[in-house]
Amino acid sequence: MKRRLRDVPGAVAMLLPSMLLLAVWTVYPLVKAFINGTKSCDSTGTRCTDVGWQQYSNVWSSREFQDALAVSLKLALMTVPTGLILGVGLAVLADKHLRGIGFFRTVFSSTVATSVAVASLVWVVLLQPEIGVLSDLFSGWIPSLKNPGLLRDPGTALPAVALSSVWANLGFTFIVVTAGLQSIPRDLYESAYVDGASSWRRFTNVTLPMLTPSLLFIVVVLTTRALQAYGEIALLTQGGPNPEKSTTTIPYLIYGENSLIRNNLGLKSAAAVLLFLVSLVFAVVQYRGFEKRVQYAR
Amino acid sequence: MAQVQLEHISKVFGEGADATTAVDDVSLTIDDHEFMILLGPSGCGKSTLLRMVAGLEDPTSGDLLIDGLRVNDVEPKLRDVAMVFQSYALYPHKTVQRNIEFPLKVRGVSKAERAKEAERAAEVLGLTDYLRRKPGQLSGGQRQRVALARAIVRRPAVFLMDEPLSNLDAKLRGDTRAELVDLHRRLNSTFIYVTHDQVEAMTMGTRVAVINKGRIEQVGSPQEVYDAPASTFVAQFIGTPPMNLLPPGMIGASDVQIGVRPEHLRVDPSGTITGSVRQLEHLGHEVLLLAEGDGGLHLTARIAPHDQVPGVGDVVRFTADERFLHRFDAATGVRLP
Repeated sequence: MKRRLRDVPGAVAMLLPSMLLLAVWTVYPLVKAFINGTKSCDSTGTRCTDVGWQQYSNVWSSREFQDALAVSLKLALMTVPTGLILGVGLAVLADKHLRGIGFFRTVFSSTVATSVAVASLVWVVLLQPEIGVLSDLFSGWIPSLKNPGLLRDPGTALPAVALSSVWANLGFTFIVVTAGLQSIPRDLYESAYVDGASSWRRFTNVTLPMLTPSLLFIVVVLTTRALQAYGEIALLTQGGPNPEKSTTTIPYLIYGENSLIRNNLGLKSAAAVLLFLVSLVFAVVQYRGFEKRVQYAR
Repeated sequence: MAQVQLEHISKVFGEGADATTAVDDVSLTIDDHEFMILLGPSGCGKSTLLRMVAGLEDPTSGDLLIDGLRVNDVEPKLRDVAMVFQSYALYPHKTVQRNIEFPLKVRGVSKAERAKEAERAAEVLGLTDYLRRKPGQLSGGQRQRVALARAIVRRPAVFLMDEPLSNLDAKLRGDTRAELVDLHRRLNSTFIYVTHDQVEAMTMGTRVAVINKGRIEQVGSPQEVYDAPASTFVAQFIGTPPMNLLPPGMIGASDVQIGVRPEHLRVDPSGTITGSVRQLEHLGHEVLLLAEGDGGLHLTARIAPHDQVPGVGDVVRFTADERFLHRFDAATGVRLP
């Protein structure tokens, strides 16, 4: 006990820099956002009056927030499983000792170094109805590529955004899964092989269970990213097509150029805090749900 | 039950200038029910040899036969072999029972049958109380038993073991050695066992194949290999402390190298070999006397602790009975008749 007490000043000194950074850049803004959510402000954001915690439930139950929440959840549903399956598939394909595999690994992981802005611009050009490559190639099968264009059709705008998002996140998933694959002992595969397991059985009995820590991490990160999607929406669809607001996610509702509440600091803060809580609930549920099934190597 | 034949097996890794020969023209027949030890220093090719029998590596040339059938191109699952890995290779996410059942599951054995067989294997290895645990909750020795249980559960014709005891502590290793010998007797099947530990080789094998640089130096019963080593390599690899090799010409012709085991050297004032005592190791039941002499002579002698033990620095003369002298070709190291 004595020794512990003696260590306290040293420990505090070591922790102080990160505690300060956390306090200034994370804790303070978060608390401030919670408080701002109880206020009603004019368009300059300077004159605010206190309207109380009631504002949170008002925002939550508002039509706009509920619609945006639905869009955000749909985006998560479209991107997370697809991204996960594609990422694992590519990583397993590239996890071979073949000549030239390094080239493919580089290609598959390249989107990690691509910003949301660049990725979205790539897809704006690809999906452009008049001159886009995809509309030229595939409009025979999918007429809406040409008219009105996937991003302009209320039914296909969100899947098109999801497509770009999956593509942009693929590098991240690929790298995490590749690292996970490389940490699986080769002996496990060899033992299963000698015991007669087919390659599919080796995948389901060795690869997948041993990857669960990586998979859980990816699911949580991809879900959070989907719920926080803003850049691709702003660049690809501006929350539209309207009036359906087919791609107005919660972040776009908060910051978006066409957003109703973009000049109301109080409502924006309330919506942002609610988004934080939704993400938190998802993360906790995912961790709790998978915890028992996750196999951390021993 | 099965006989395993290796006929002129070679294995080369890499190509061109990077090529490394791991196994070099090895021929060996392992008889049915035999407990064959592949013994050699690390990197000698013994594990590669075992992995070729398992089907994890393809021989570059030569034929591999199990029960007379060439199996070079046969998948491991059709070879009827089971392998125990040095790391045990247990599935950490499966319980002990699921681990043991796995080889049966991939063969489509029914659930009830699987459970019965797994329980039988667990009982043989004293694992009945641990069936519901996961490998992470077991000690090293218990994990090693799970790996063995998983190997015996489908009653393969040939058991392949790649240094299965090297991760255990000394006490447990001793106990498990005896248990493996017992298991071999009870299962009455063919064991091929890779190790670099000469004690395991001496105590467990019905025969030992001593391997060096990808080639077999000698095959024989442990006692044969000890009593009549085929080369200076075998002479020095088997036996603790290893056989003394006298500088060529010290006794007999200059192209002959004489070897003598430490237990056969006697301190004798009329002896012909002279050295000064550099160190004494008191082991309780015996004393190891380390001496140095002219011409690069290094000797180790075993003496009874209650005899007159010389002191460090004393000049001592040694002798050995003619019948205990081993003769090797000084140039090639091969045993002379």
